[in-house]
Amino acid sequence: MTPEPRAIPWWRDRRVVPWLVQGGVGLVVLVVIALLLGNLVRNLTAAGLLLSWRWLGQPASFDVAESLIPFDAAMPYWRALLVGLVNSLRAILVGLVGATLLGTAVGMAAYSGNGLVRRLGRVYVELIRNIPLLLQLLFWYFVVFLSFRNGTEALQLPGVVLAKSGLYLAWFAEGWRWQGPELVNGVWQAPWRFSVEFAALLTGLITYTGAFVAEVVRGGIAAVPKGQWEAATSLGLHWGASMRRVVLPQALPVIIPGLNSQYISLAKNSALAVAVGYADLYSVAETTLNQTGRALEVFLLLLGAYLVIDLVISLLMNGLNQLVQIRER
Amino acid sequence: MKAADSLLASLRRELFASRSDGVISVGLLVLIGAAVAGLLRWAFGQAQWVVIQANTTLFALGRYPLEQQWRIWLLVALLAMATGLSWGLLRANPRADRSGVLWPGNDRIAVAVLAFLAAWGPAALGLALPLQLRWWAITALLLILRWASGRWGRRLPAGLLRWVPLIWPLLYLLGMVLISGGLGLIQVPPSEWGGLLLTVLMASFAILASFPIGVLMALGRRSELPLLRWGSVLYIEFIRGAPLITLLFLGQNILGFLLPGGLAPDRVWRAAWVLTFFCGAYVAEAVRAGLASVPGGQQEAARSLGLSVPQALQHVVLPQALRIALPATVGQFISLLQDTTLLSLIGLLELLGTARTVMANPEFLGKNAEVYLTLAVLFWCCCAALGLGSRALERRLDPSNTPA
Repeated sequence: MTPEPRAIPWWRDRRVVPWLVQGGVGLVVLVVIALLLGNLVRNLTAAGLLLSWRWLGQPASFDVAESLIPFDAAMPYWRALLVGLVNSLRAILVGLVGATLLGTAVGMAAYSGNGLVRRLGRVYVELIRNIPLLLQLLFWYFVVFLSFRNGTEALQLPGVVLAKSGLYLAWFAEGWRWQGPELVNGVWQAPWRFSVEFAALLTGLITYTGAFVAEVVRGGIAAVPKGQWEAATSLGLHWGASMRRVVLPQALPVIIPGLNSQYISLAKNSALAVAVGYADLYSVAETTLNQTGRALEVFLLLLGAYLVIDLVISLLMNGLNQLVQIRER
Repeated sequence: MKAADSLLASLRRELFASRSDGVISVGLLVLIGAAVAGLLRWAFGQAQWVVIQANTTLFALGRYPLEQQWRIWLLVALLAMATGLSWGLLRANPRADRSGVLWPGNDRIAVAVLAFLAAWGPAALGLALPLQLRWWAITALLLILRWASGRWGRRLPAGLLRWVPLIWPLLYLLGMVLISGGLGLIQVPPSEWGGLLLTVLMASFAILASFPIGVLMALGRRSELPLLRWGSVLYIEFIRGAPLITLLFLGQNILGFLLPGGLAPDRVWRAAWVLTFFCGAYVAEAVRAGLASVPGGQQEAARSLGLSVPQALQHVVLPQALRIALPATVGQFISLLQDTTLLSLIGLLELLGTARTVMANPEFLGKNAEVYLTLAVLFWCCCAALGLGSRALERRLDPSNTPA
């Protein structure tokens, strides 16, 4: 006698279970969100801080230490935040270029024929990756850059002067005349001047991200078959030429996705500028919060700005990735 | 002579293969020599380490009440005992891999390093003699338990051995009670925790709590149910898109508005939860990569053996996925440990925050280099040790290493 086929109860039906699970999870999430939002609206109303963007037009009444666009304390908050954003973008852009150059050099050093160069690269990467970035930034700022002196006691290198008042670089002055830093009445003058805060932030960001970029580059080169090296060498190319013309171009499709995530993390890490007193977006936003108490709006602005920056970097890197894909015939 | 010859030969090959190599090598050697000499001259001549020696308690515990510090000592002693016991039992039951290498292998070097640290560390930190004696006693306890359980651990019944790992979660809960009070102990509010204690507490809490979040979110992101998938994607991408400092900002300034009055946790726990959810999103990505690398046939085979979906996940898919995800996950935990320094930016007195208050003290003004260097060495050692441990665990869990 065969047992009678029993009907499957509805709560174990393949067609129903997914909807039950999703419905349950969705309900819980919705209830939690509704509760949180309800609290938010109630608490914000009680504090008189309900979402509003009108305060952005009021005068900021604080100064921003350095700015690429004209700014003074009488200008509105949105202008101050814009100054912060421009400062952030400047740090991110220079940081990206610097970290890429440093990281590529150190990553290539891992394949040097010179054992000392190889080991030095390894030591640098292991040293940097295991120390918190914030600690490194504070070290660069308080221990290195703030220890320089002003005036004649500043550290003077050819074309570069490091003083407490800033970093001075030689560049072309008017009429394509090469002009180095010079002392005028005890104050350094040069075509290019960076604040020590900017210099400390960039040094920290570049050396830190450089170590991660070096690992990405090293991994990318490792993915290129060894025969390519041997073929390049047997064609008579020396080390530099084999690397530049044969190996690196083939490593790029592996390297670029890795670079993408390192670039995004550099952009996010640039918010640590607040620790060394550089007026980046986060630092201006914090001052704005202290003055207005508009926590939610400031947070939304910050979140939006960093999401857009991340997105732009991702899009550019994806486009670059399309360009370097090896086209097989 | 052979050894000297091969050393010379390898030096010649590595450093002086060509004339340009030789020039580079000599130049680098001179630079490295100058840097090391300068550092040593500074460390043993100009540096004033008294800033560290005078503040060891502050660096270790922050403003933890003096008369309650015996609780921390007790906790450290218990931790040392648990470590000694576990270590000894691992030695008593070594598992050899296919090439016959025992894990843990010869651990005499570890014992020597530990003994050296116990003898040198407290003296170098300039601790008072009773405190030095305490550290020696605690180290001795660890080593004695390692020796004893390594010697007699094999004779313990297997049923008992299986319960030994449970002492760690129990110890964690006990540690929480010892630190914060309750069960008859005086309450010590989180605002009085500080220094290394707060750093370790934040990091360990966030690591432990973020792991289940990460696994759940990774499973959600790979789920076939659109609601679960999109929910997980939204969470992961939201967290990964924002800098940690803005999320901490959210925790400090907005969380209070989101929760009904009086329910919001205090500043320390808010930061702890932000760290947890932050780390959870990154762990989720690591676990997702692990899940993606398990062949789909594994799930199908498990299902056709009659396992349900959760059973297949638990016994077949997750063990493989988590083993593959292990290096990336530990990498996340290492960077989380480093990220705890950001708490100093929102005014919490963890290790870096405490250091900055010490340096603001007029007595120790300008001693930045000494303090930052000490913290850097401390973080470097912790992170490097975590990385080493991860690699050892990876080797042990590698199926190609376990004997058939």
